[in-house]
Amino acid sequence: MDRTSRPRSRRFPALVAAAAAAALMVTGCSSDSGGKKAEESADNAAAGKADTPRMKVALITHAAPGDTFWDLIRKGAEAAADKDNVDLLYSNSPDAAKQANLVQNAIDQKVDGIAITLAKPDAMKAAVAKAKKAGIPVVGLNGGIDDWKEQGLLEYFGQDESVAGEAFGEKLNELGAKNAVCVIHEQGHVALEARCAGVKKTFGGKTTNLYVNGTNMPAVKSTITAKLKQDSSVDYVVTLGAPFALTAAQSVGDAKSKAKVATFDLNKDMVKAIEDGDVDFAVDQQPYLQGYLSVDALWLYKTNGNFSGGGQEPVLTGPAFVDKENVADIAKFAAKGTR
Amino acid sequence: MIPVSQATAPAASDSPPASPAAPKDGRTSERSLARRVLARPEIGALIAAISVYVFFFAVASPFREASSLANVLYESSVMGIMALPVALLMIGGEFDLSAGVAVTTSALTASILSFQLSLNVWTGVIVALVVALAVGAFNGYLLVRTGLPSFLITLGSFLILQGANLAVTKIFTGNVATDSISDMQGFDQAKKVFASEIGIGGVDVKITVFYWLVFAAAATWLLLRTRFGNWIFATGGNEESARAVGVPVTFTKIALFMGVGAGAWFVGMHILFSFNTVQSGEGVGNEFLYIIAAVIGGCLLTGGYGSAIGPVIGAFIFGMVSQGIVYANWNPDWFKAFLGVMLLLAALVNLWVRRQATRR
Repeated sequence: MDRTSRPRSRRFPALVAAAAAAALMVTGCSSDSGGKKAEESADNAAAGKADTPRMKVALITHAAPGDTFWDLIRKGAEAAADKDNVDLLYSNSPDAAKQANLVQNAIDQKVDGIAITLAKPDAMKAAVAKAKKAGIPVVGLNGGIDDWKEQGLLEYFGQDESVAGEAFGEKLNELGAKNAVCVIHEQGHVALEARCAGVKKTFGGKTTNLYVNGTNMPAVKSTITAKLKQDSSVDYVVTLGAPFALTAAQSVGDAKSKAKVATFDLNKDMVKAIEDGDVDFAVDQQPYLQGYLSVDALWLYKTNGNFSGGGQEPVLTGPAFVDKENVADIAKFAAKGTR
Repeated sequence: MIPVSQATAPAASDSPPASPAAPKDGRTSERSLARRVLARPEIGALIAAISVYVFFFAVASPFREASSLANVLYESSVMGIMALPVALLMIGGEFDLSAGVAVTTSALTASILSFQLSLNVWTGVIVALVVALAVGAFNGYLLVRTGLPSFLITLGSFLILQGANLAVTKIFTGNVATDSISDMQGFDQAKKVFASEIGIGGVDVKITVFYWLVFAAAATWLLLRTRFGNWIFATGGNEESARAVGVPVTFTKIALFMGVGAGAWFVGMHILFSFNTVQSGEGVGNEFLYIIAAVIGGCLLTGGYGSAIGPVIGAFIFGMVSQGIVYANWNPDWFKAFLGVMLLLAALVNLWVRRQATRR
């Protein structure tokens, strides 16, 4: 039966090798502009290292893999872990039940502290209670600002999504906007819905939600273009993640609309887009800070018994507005991928 | 050459013999032109597409503008370019669940390679093609060697690629998205090839729309006018009998998987050059959209039946519905539900037309 496949299978690696060789020959023409060579080599925020005994901290989030935002949280946590002589165990699952299992996994590993996002607070309740029973201190970050105290978490680092949304809406009022479209890239996501709801609450003009398929960029682009054509009075497109703002800026061009783009969250391309005026402003909740503080806080609690906010008040990391005025200040940090 | 009755086979076998009054033997009698047209696999989808178009034309005034049509065609084309090789593969009797993330893999490969080694972006483009074809060949080779269902094998490669996309990007860039290559040599040239716009009568049409139609024409020619096309139908219809009459089934299957790889490369390049950077988590779930486009367009999930024009229409229906809902300004909370209802209606029209065609 393999009469036809055998000679092919022998010939095939040779073909690939030939193609690869051909490709390498093309490498003769390299690029003089951009690329790795042009990228600044910058070290991470590396201060000294604590000489406290090695401890183990688990950071468990509800992040979907491969999201620029969550990558910043992880980087902040890693920086703190390096500094504090902490062995950091990072794990994540967008599925609530799986995230709860990951907490159990951390308890089984007898970690010295757990940092957790409470995006789906009810699903995490039992797991958090178990961790407390095992004597493991738990801190919250990013999601769960309404629930961390009730579940007995030590402290909380994050942004109140509704507050951020409301601040966003006020900023739009200030800029004289009349009609905003809020682009939600994952339908049914609680925090994203809360942001748009917050915008709607304080914004004096009209706010319309628009749902797009976040994993399919061409579809995101088309859908925003369609919305801008459908309603030509839209003067602000509000996106809830940096990559979508960059795409929305293209849609504005395609639809020949006069709308401006504003967004929640930053990434390194966003800085350039703000400098160029493609994106009007961004609201940063400083994810790096959230990750850094939660690991550092667990270290501090173990070594000196401190905890921020006294278990009563959350520690707010945002909202911080970034626009043309102040973008230069953070540009070099964003270029490193840490802000 | 083996006799393969191609696309009309199921229609012909379903129809009862000619009425007793017919002077000639029913099996050899010419069917009327209308009936032959109706029995084409894509005609039901075409009628459904026209209905959807007329529907949105009536209810959504912004939908009537030519620029809106260009926008709908853009989304349809990016999906449709991938739906073509996926449809050919389905006619050949196999699935490829790795098609969605393979697009991201190609884009990441080209972007990371060019950036990290500071090469002209065309080098990255060519290496990405090699990688994409290798992924397809790997799927195909594993399939014919192990005899496992393609659903299982490509599920494996789907997960492998999804993980590798993230991990490899992280290793090289330190981030989960690639660095922007828009200031590198060759970028503008490549952007012209993969992601430019062409003005027609004042309307900017994305270049992918033209590629889509050219590729569809090429796929149709391949299916209906070449020996390879016959091999695809034969392999998908009945693998054992195809092999018995001398069809190189192994070659056909590996080539079809590599075709999907080539499609993933092309769409990956479009995404890279239109958005400058690539998020490593993108593309998940799109593999089903490609299969959906093929199925709406009349391809059978069991293989051996279908066309290349079908998935073009299928992708167009999907694009029209998903954008039309926005143009019509319906309540966005219901978006997915509307999408489902419209697709179901399109499928029902398709089914009804095919029933009419095969009934006497």
